[in-house]
Parts: sequence; C-alpha cells; structure tokens
Amino acid sequence: MKKAEEIFQILKDNFPESNLELKNDQPTEAILIAPPLEIDKISLFLRDSSELLFDSLMNLSGVDDPKALLLSVYYHLESTKLKHKITLKVSTDRNKPEVSTVTEVWKGADWHEREAYDLFGIIFLNHPDLRRILMPYDWDAGYPLRKDYENPEFYQGMKVPY
Amino acid sequence: MMFDFLVDLTGSPILAGTIQSLLPLFLFILPFALFAVYLERKVSAHMQDRLGPMRTGWHGWIQTVADILKLIQKEDIVATDNDKFLFNLAPIVVFVGSYAAFAAIPFSSMFIGTEMDLGIFYIVAVTGLVVAGILMAGWASNNKYSLLGSMRSVAQIISYEIPTILVMLSIVMISGTMSLHTLSEQQTGYAWNWYIFGGPGSELSKFLFIPSMVVGFVIIYISTLAEVNRTPFDIPEAESELVSGYHTEYSGMKFAMFFLAEYANMFAVSAIVVALFLGGYQSPIGYLGDLIGAKWMIPIEQFSWFTIKGVFFVFVQMWLRWTLPRLRVDQLMAVSWKYLIPIAFVNLIIIGLITLL
Amino acid sequence: MPQDSVLNTKSSAVRTEEMVLNMGPQHPSTHGVLRLELTLEGEIVSKVVPHIGYLHRCFEKHCEAMTYPQIVPYTDRMDYLAPMGNEFGYAIAMEKLLGIQVPERVEYIRVIMAELQRISSHLVALGTYGADIGAFTPFLYCFIDREKVLNLFEITCGARLLYNYIWIGGLSHDLHPDFVRKTLEFIKEFRPNLKEVNDLLSHNRIFIDRTANVGILPIDTAINYGVSGPNLRGSGIKWDVRREDPYSIYHKFDYDIPVGEGKYGTVGDSWDRYYVRVLEMEESCKIIEQALEQLPDGDVQSAIPKRIKPPVGHVYARVENPRGDLGYFIISDGSTSPYRVKVRAPSFVSMQVLNELCKGYMVADVVTILGSIDIVLGEIDR
Repeated sequence: MKKAEEIFQILKDNFPESNLELKNDQPTEAILIAPPLEIDKISLFLRDSSELLFDSLMNLSGVDDPKALLLSVYYHLESTKLKHKITLKVSTDRNKPEVSTVTEVWKGADWHEREAYDLFGIIFLNHPDLRRILMPYDWDAGYPLRKDYENPEFYQGMKVPY
Repeated sequence: MMFDFLVDLTGSPILAGTIQSLLPLFLFILPFALFAVYLERKVSAHMQDRLGPMRTGWHGWIQTVADILKLIQKEDIVATDNDKFLFNLAPIVVFVGSYAAFAAIPFSSMFIGTEMDLGIFYIVAVTGLVVAGILMAGWASNNKYSLLGSMRSVAQIISYEIPTILVMLSIVMISGTMSLHTLSEQQTGYAWNWYIFGGPGSELSKFLFIPSMVVGFVIIYISTLAEVNRTPFDIPEAESELVSGYHTEYSGMKFAMFFLAEYANMFAVSAIVVALFLGGYQSPIGYLGDLIGAKWMIPIEQFSWFTIKGVFFVFVQMWLRWTLPRLRVDQLMAVSWKYLIPIAFVNLIIIGLITLL
Repeated sequence: MPQDSVLNTKSSAVRTEEMVLNMGPQHPSTHGVLRLELTLEGEIVSKVVPHIGYLHRCFEKHCEAMTYPQIVPYTDRMDYLAPMGNEFGYAIAMEKLLGIQVPERVEYIRVIMAELQRISSHLVALGTYGADIGAFTPFLYCFIDREKVLNLFEITCGARLLYNYIWIGGLSHDLHPDFVRKTLEFIKEFRPNLKEVNDLLSHNRIFIDRTANVGILPIDTAINYGVSGPNLRGSGIKWDVRREDPYSIYHKFDYDIPVGEGKYGTVGDSWDRYYVRVLEMEESCKIIEQALEQLPDGDVQSAIPKRIKPPVGHVYARVENPRGDLGYFIISDGSTSPYRVKVRAPSFVSMQVLNELCKGYMVADVVTILGSIDIVLGEIDR
C-alpha cells in the first residue's frame, strides 16, 4: 500500500525525461500531472510494475478549463491487489486537444474516452473506435460539456431550444 | 348413430352430413376456445398470486367475448411489402389444420365427426397443414423476426411429430386398429381397462405393458406440448426475444384466428392423448344411466367425461406454461432427437416383443 | 460495418453471409432503450455493438447550473431502480469534500435504506431475468416483495420510486415511528419468500440449462474492463467496496460477501452472476437486522449546513450500488455550484464487456447474458 508521494517517486525514477509533477495543495487527494502524449507508456508501467500493479481504471473524465485554455483528463486508478489509489491528470491545448489513448492498457477506458471525446472534443490518438457515444452520431454543433457551448438552433430540421 | 338420427330428422343425407360436421365446430370448439382463454387467464392469475379479469361479468367470465369484439373491430393492417396472397391465406390454413383434426375425435359413442378407419393417421396428416400455414405466415410478414420465429416453429413441430407417431404406433400395435372410435370402444369397463393401465383383458401381457405405457404417455404428452408451441417449448412466440414470432404482423381478426387455432389445437392434442391412453369417453366408474336404467343418458355422460378429461389435460398444459422457463432452440431439438426418439423407439420394440408373446 | 461481408467456406459452391440483426431500441426484453446491433452467422453471434444515448438527459451539464443541494433529486434519476444508492454516493462525496461528520443515527438510517434498496433492486433484476428466460411467475412473486419495500420507503419519505431523502449532511425526514416494526415484519416474511423463488427458479433444470456455461467472464478480463459489483463477484473474486474502501459504518456489521463458485457450470457464467444477487439479498437482510438493533437516537438534520460552499478542490468517492461501484468525481471552484460533476456509472462500464461475453453464443443467449449483467439505461446514459 503506497502513498502518492512514493508512487510519484517511483514514476520519476522510471521516466526521468517526462515532465511529471505532484500537486498536493487542494483537498482531497494529491494529483499526479503527466504529459498527455506519454500517458500510454506511463499507464502501461503503472499497470505492469510489480510495486504498483494498478490493474483497475476506476474512472476517466474530461474537464474543461477555458480560463487557462486547457482541456484536461483525470484518471483515477486503483490496485485490487495492493490496495492503493492514485489520481492522474493530463492537460492539453484547448484548440488542439490530443491525448494518447490508454485502451491498450485498460480495455474499460474505451467508452470513457469516447464519452470524453463526445462531450469535450478531446481526440484520443490510436483509439480503436473514436466516435460519439451519448449524443447522436451526426451531432455537428460542438461539444456539449465545454463551458462555452451553445445549443444550435436546428438539428435535422427540428427546433432545439423549446 | 348420429348420422342416421339426423337423416331421419331432416330427410336428406347431404343436409345431415353438413349439420353433423358443423356440430363440433359450433357446439363445442368455439365455446371451448372462449372458455379456454378465460381459463388460461384465471389459472395464470391465481398461480401468480393475483386475480385476473374480475370486472366483465361475474369474476370476469365474459372477458373473452369482450376481447373477440375488440379484435373484430380492429383495423386489418397489411403492410405494403407483404406477399398479400400468402399473408391472407396463412391464418386460414392454420385454422383449418387445427379444426380439421376434430373430425376424427370421438366425443361420445353416439357422436363422432366421421367414421374413419384411419383415425389417427388422418389426424397426424392434417395437423401437418399447420406447419405450412406457419411458414406462410412467417415469410409473408416480410420481417426478419417473424421469419426466424416461423422457421424455428417448423423445425420444432416436425421434430416432435416423430416421437408422437412412434408412440401412436405402439398403441396401434396393441389394439390393432387406427380408428379412434374403435380404440375408445375397446377400453370399456372401468378405469382398469384403459390403455395406460395395459389395455383391456387380464392376461399377463397386460401387466407387462404398464411401464411401457406410462413411458409412452409421458413421451406423447411432452411431444404434443411441443407441437402446440406451448412453454417450455414456445420459442416461436418467445415474447422477450422475437416480440411475437410469426404472428407479430397480424392484427384484428386474423390474429384472433391464430389465437383461437392455438387453443383448439391444445384441446385436440389433449383429446388425442385421452383417447389413446385414458379411455376416450369411457367413464372410470361406470355409468349413471346403466344404474338407473336410462340408456339415453349414457352418451351424454360419455361426452361429459370426455370433456372433463380433455379439459384437465389442457389445465395441466397451462400449469406447465406458467411454471417452467423456456428451452433454447438447440436444447429443444436435443430433447427431441437425443432423448425422446430413442426412448420412444425402445418403447416400441419392447411393446412389439410383448405383443408377440 | 461488415454489412455484407462474405465468408469463404470450405466448399466454394455454398456461400454464407453474415446477417445484421437489430434488437431495439423498443423491445420487450432489453432493460430500457438500448439498441443492440448483432452480427450473426446463422444463429451464432459474432459481434455485438451496443448503441446507447437514447436516454441522455444531460445530468452532468445540468449540475453545473444548480447548487449542491439541488442536485440530489437529479442523482435519483440516474439509476432509477436504486436511487438511495445514488444519493448515498453523492452525500458521501460531498461530505468528504466539506469535511462534515454526520450524526450516528443518520449513518445507521442511511445504511438501512441502502440495504433495503439493494433488496428491491435485486428483486427487479431477478424477476425480469426470469421473465426474459420465459418463466413468468417468479416475476410477480418478486414484485410482491418489492411492493412491501416500496411501502416502507413511502412511509419514510413519501415517495415510492425517487426519494430525495439522503441530503448532504443528513436526511430529509426522520424515520416514521412504525418503521422499525414494519421492517422487521417484512424481513420475517421475506426470508421464506426468497426460499420459494429459489426453489421455483434458481434450481430449475431448464433455467440452469439456459444460464449455466453461458457468458463466462474470466477474472482478469473483468478487472481490466473495470466491471464491478455482482458481475465481478460472480467470477469468483471477493471484491466489495463496502470492505475494500469502507465508507459510512459498514465496518460495524457482520456480513458475508457471496462469490460465484461455478456450482452448475463454470465460474463466472450467467448462473453465478444471478445467484450472487440472490445470496446478496440474504446478506442485506442480516445487515438490516443488525442495524435496526443498534439504531441510536439523535437528530437527523443537525449536521446539514445552511449554505454549502466547499473549498476549491476535488473529490472522488464511491459506494457499492446494487449494480456495481458508483463513483462521483466532483470538482469545486469555491462557489455554490460545482465546477464539474462526473458520475462513473457501473452499468456504463459493464456494457463494454457484452461484446466479449456474447461471442460464439446464439441469439437467445444474448438476452440471457444481457439480463445477467443487469443494466439500467438511466445510469448508462445519465
């Protein structure tokens, strides 16, 4: 059972060139910040390393931050065998959001990433089937959960605001 | 016989023949179908701890009449892409196939639809029409689900006819006749003379027959359950998988015909089982008419005994429907081909050997 | 989409094609508005693609416009068969973020309500599962018992299905004076009824033939996909959020965690998942009895804050819902409305494993497997 700082130290030892940070100033848990295009390698290490064994992805959610012009993705991981948890965060540019997919590591991330793409517009590179999941497949009026989203006037001839 | 009685009454054999063939239809089958639908609803309700229809008439006994009235005045929907001729023909074929079987069923010693030497053979042949009707219904509906449902139903009915015929063959071997009327006549006396207890007479062979007869009875009951598409064999109508199988696309009167044909079929197969194994219209305890010397009462008593036994087996069919889950298509086929047919064959051989001795 | 893909069989004279069959969105069997696109070869399924989103009601976007207490009725409506669990999760997450400690009485009542809700939700799961397989009668027997549970909820908070009962920091109403007596009566009547449903359905030969060895979920696949709840326990691993990540006062109770053992088939098949739910209902009865015995006095509304304005930060908390582990990820920016609420719905994650489970089985088995995973479209689509 490891603490966030220890996990951070192990990661830093194994990925010296990556830009990793640990933010511990806000309630309730510490967040480990990682670069968006290397998250797949880091995830693979987190899952397979014998000290960490993060075999379960609890949650994957997108978050919009218009003030800092960033789109972030939060990962909540847990280990069913070693009983510890960690929160990861990656941030990308709001105008060109690209994050590596982690579906190779945890298959359950598939639909979570599709939802993040559907509602925020975050493109997950190398995702096997990146298309909308909750909104209709041909919704072309933007990404609903972004802070600056406006409902379109019409969708397929039907008036949207009622 | 009934025919002679009617000829005396009306003076023309053609009219007498027509009336005689219409009698089972109107006096018995239609009222029975109405009653059976109501019975099913009440039986299922009480088994599920609820009440069933209560408002139409006393305890809901006119419910079926209300349903039929509703179905008659519904719009008759025929989709554009359906094969119109087959679509309209299918319910009629199924209806005819089920009802024509009633011509050879012995209702009482005085009344039987037609006096045929080929009773059982005719019944088996005519219920095959139902298969054609179901296939037509599935195809003409222009609906993938209906097609799947009707194909499954056809496979099921054809597979389960084989154990049925094998068991019927064994009874024919013992009694020496295919006419259901003669079969019922042979089982006179008390319940001890029924075929399920070995048949008339009291030689050793009668007792040897009893285990094979019981096995045969169980086999034929299960097979006829499958032929009527009742749970646990109701894959063709499986509501949760195929909506309604081959009669999804039908509405109004045509749907009512499928419905009524199903209940008539249920009674027909129960009647066959009763006639083959349980003495047909014979009473198990002797006749009241004999006791008080009124000979004219006997056919009426026989008719009521026949109805009671038939309705009891229909009730058991309903009971099974509401208790057991449904078998999957391949399991259904496995039951027939891997279990029922070998057992029926072995049964047939045993009965043949005993008859020879 | 392989609509007309042609498979070359050994004899070149016979050509087989794959058929694409649509199940839903309106269908008597699927548990909600779900569209399943099956690719069939004859009767064998080669691929299942679920299409969801028909019940999307924009819960997460809505939360950003409401204050924290206003969100509670909306959390009810996600998994509408187990609303107490949803509210419980939200309350736990917010209390973790705010640092509130609720009175003991509130904890006990919340546990009792959550366990009663577990019983009611599993009854629906079992009843509809039996109805899918073709056994119509257990469906009604299960619903009789569920009515009694709903009556208990009704005398407590006035609603039968969607309660708005567990608030942040406490409860909306205290228990009705008759509640303890009626609940004990219910449990006394429920145990023999459970045995009756077991005899009717669980050990029925035909039911076992339909569900055993169908849809086998290996443990590693389950953990990799993130499956949780009875689906995971059916595969043989004792993983329960109430033990692993304890919340509220579950550590005070003595209860067992049933797992699938492959009694009639392989470990992890549909029968195991179904039977784990049956056994869990028995365990819930035990917890309720113990909680009712130890129920302390107190004021259920004393810790409810007048105005909820959490500090800037984030929290992820989860509870054991009847369908799996339900997680709430809440980011607060210091104002009275949340900045982001993300709900990790257990059915959403479990649906992904359907494709793996259904490969190589028949169309009738797809219905069986879907019923054994026990999904609710309300929480998949939110």
